[in-house]
Amino acid sequence: MSIVLDHVNYTYSAGTAYEKHALKDINLVIPDGQFIGLIGHTGSGKSTLIQHLNGLIKATGGAIYYDGHDIYDDDFSKKELRTKVGLVFQYPEHQLFETTVVKDVEFGPKNMKLPQLEVQMRTFEAIKMVGISEELYDASPFELSGGQKRRVAIAGVLAMKPEVLVLDEPTAGLDPMGRDEILDQIAAIQKERGITVILVSHSMEDVAKYVERLIVMDHGSVQYDGTPKEVFSHYKELEAMGLAAPQVTYVMENLKAQGMNVGDATTVEEAKNEILRAWKKI
Amino acid sequence: MIRDITIGQYYPADSVLHRLDPRVKLVGTLTFLISLFLFNNLIGYVIAGLFLATMIKISKVPFSFIVRGLKTIVILMLFTVVFNLFLTDGTVLWQWKFIKITIEGIQTAIFMALRLTFLIIGSSLMTLTTTPNQLTDGLETGLAPLKKLHFPVHEISMMMSIALRFIPILLEETDKIMKAQQARGADFEEGKLMERVKALVPMLVPLFVSAFHRANDLAMAMEARCYRGGEGRTRMKPLKYSKRDGMAYLCLVAYLVVLVATTRLWMLFVA
Repeated sequence: MSIVLDHVNYTYSAGTAYEKHALKDINLVIPDGQFIGLIGHTGSGKSTLIQHLNGLIKATGGAIYYDGHDIYDDDFSKKELRTKVGLVFQYPEHQLFETTVVKDVEFGPKNMKLPQLEVQMRTFEAIKMVGISEELYDASPFELSGGQKRRVAIAGVLAMKPEVLVLDEPTAGLDPMGRDEILDQIAAIQKERGITVILVSHSMEDVAKYVERLIVMDHGSVQYDGTPKEVFSHYKELEAMGLAAPQVTYVMENLKAQGMNVGDATTVEEAKNEILRAWKKI
Repeated sequence: MIRDITIGQYYPADSVLHRLDPRVKLVGTLTFLISLFLFNNLIGYVIAGLFLATMIKISKVPFSFIVRGLKTIVILMLFTVVFNLFLTDGTVLWQWKFIKITIEGIQTAIFMALRLTFLIIGSSLMTLTTTPNQLTDGLETGLAPLKKLHFPVHEISMMMSIALRFIPILLEETDKIMKAQQARGADFEEGKLMERVKALVPMLVPLFVSAFHRANDLAMAMEARCYRGGEGRTRMKPLKYSKRDGMAYLCLVAYLVVLVATTRLWMLFVA
């Protein structure tokens, strides 16, 4: 369901020496089923922003509407909102606590007070989705490898069947293969369930490859909001913010400078096609 | 919510109190805390209050910030006040069956509340103006003579500095884990007592796991840098007394003299 952020402001520890204006006048419309990327350097307000989406942090100014309802209304259930907007924190494996993988994933659906059968179905479906093999179902989550722990933690949120899935750097600290696998699985889930996915990432390659819309944050406000291609065409401004464009974008820029007749590209696939097209013309 | 706990927190500012040698502040705070038990009449509280108010003013720490630290002891304070109010013998002011309030009770209740407030504010003023590192440095240097008695001064101050250093980290961690579990539908605020206690498990388990991890990592990092206890260890910033510190000690002595003299005289002539 759609989320609308209307002039959202947030100040940390207002009135103390640690006061920090973390979000400045954020206006966003997040429609159904979009795959959105959220980038920005450390401390730009990304994490603060996504915690607003499920009501974990209350904005100090402005309003947020979920599916047309003001989430700060007294009769709006935050608990229900949190089951609809699933938030996977950075390093989510730090939240594992149960004795077995299955029990841990069950935590979310159980809190939703679903019938036992439904809880189990959702649990097994979610574990399967993230690619955890059956022999690990009854293992202690603390015995798993880092990548497996991460998957279990993501499954814990997926099992609640959220309509919006927000992931804060789900691939931080993973090896390249684990990273691609997790992102592929998320993309597949997004397609399969038709849910909205918001992916916070530091990897320009990743967002270029997966997302259809890219939001760039800098110093607590939204700087760019558009398709990856549009956003990455501002690569010079992005660099000034401590960000960058994907490597291939630079390759293409250099080729253009060398006089080759190629267009813009943000993924290796696109670049390949562009170069081949240019070659064939010659 | 968790950010609001101010006990043991440092408040960065540029004031005389911040620049004082930590030993002075340690001795000063200890003296102030002890001085609160040297009297039991109004004038004593006025003098101690004035002294504390001056220190707060000098420290440049906003008063609202200091008061926030008191929130954590509200319950303790209530207990003390209620017990003193109802259980002190003396001239009865109001009675209902076996419950009675006496003039002495009211007086002790107010005095106890004041004393507790002063104790907390006094000690939080020290932590607010001294970084944990300075504090343990001060402690270690101040207690150095005890080494002759085979008292593990360095080890204790090292443990203290690590513990203090970990307070904000663990608080932040708690906040993060709480949020992560809330995002999975955990409820820490509602429910019966047993349910609430049970709700703590998903928070405490990850917290302990991460605390042990951190302790392990820290021990490893210390060993990697060849830490082997306090023997022969020198400091980057050795503590040195300056003129300012001498003045501070003088002020402290002056405060004590004034306090003791006035309260004794008050007892002699007024009471």
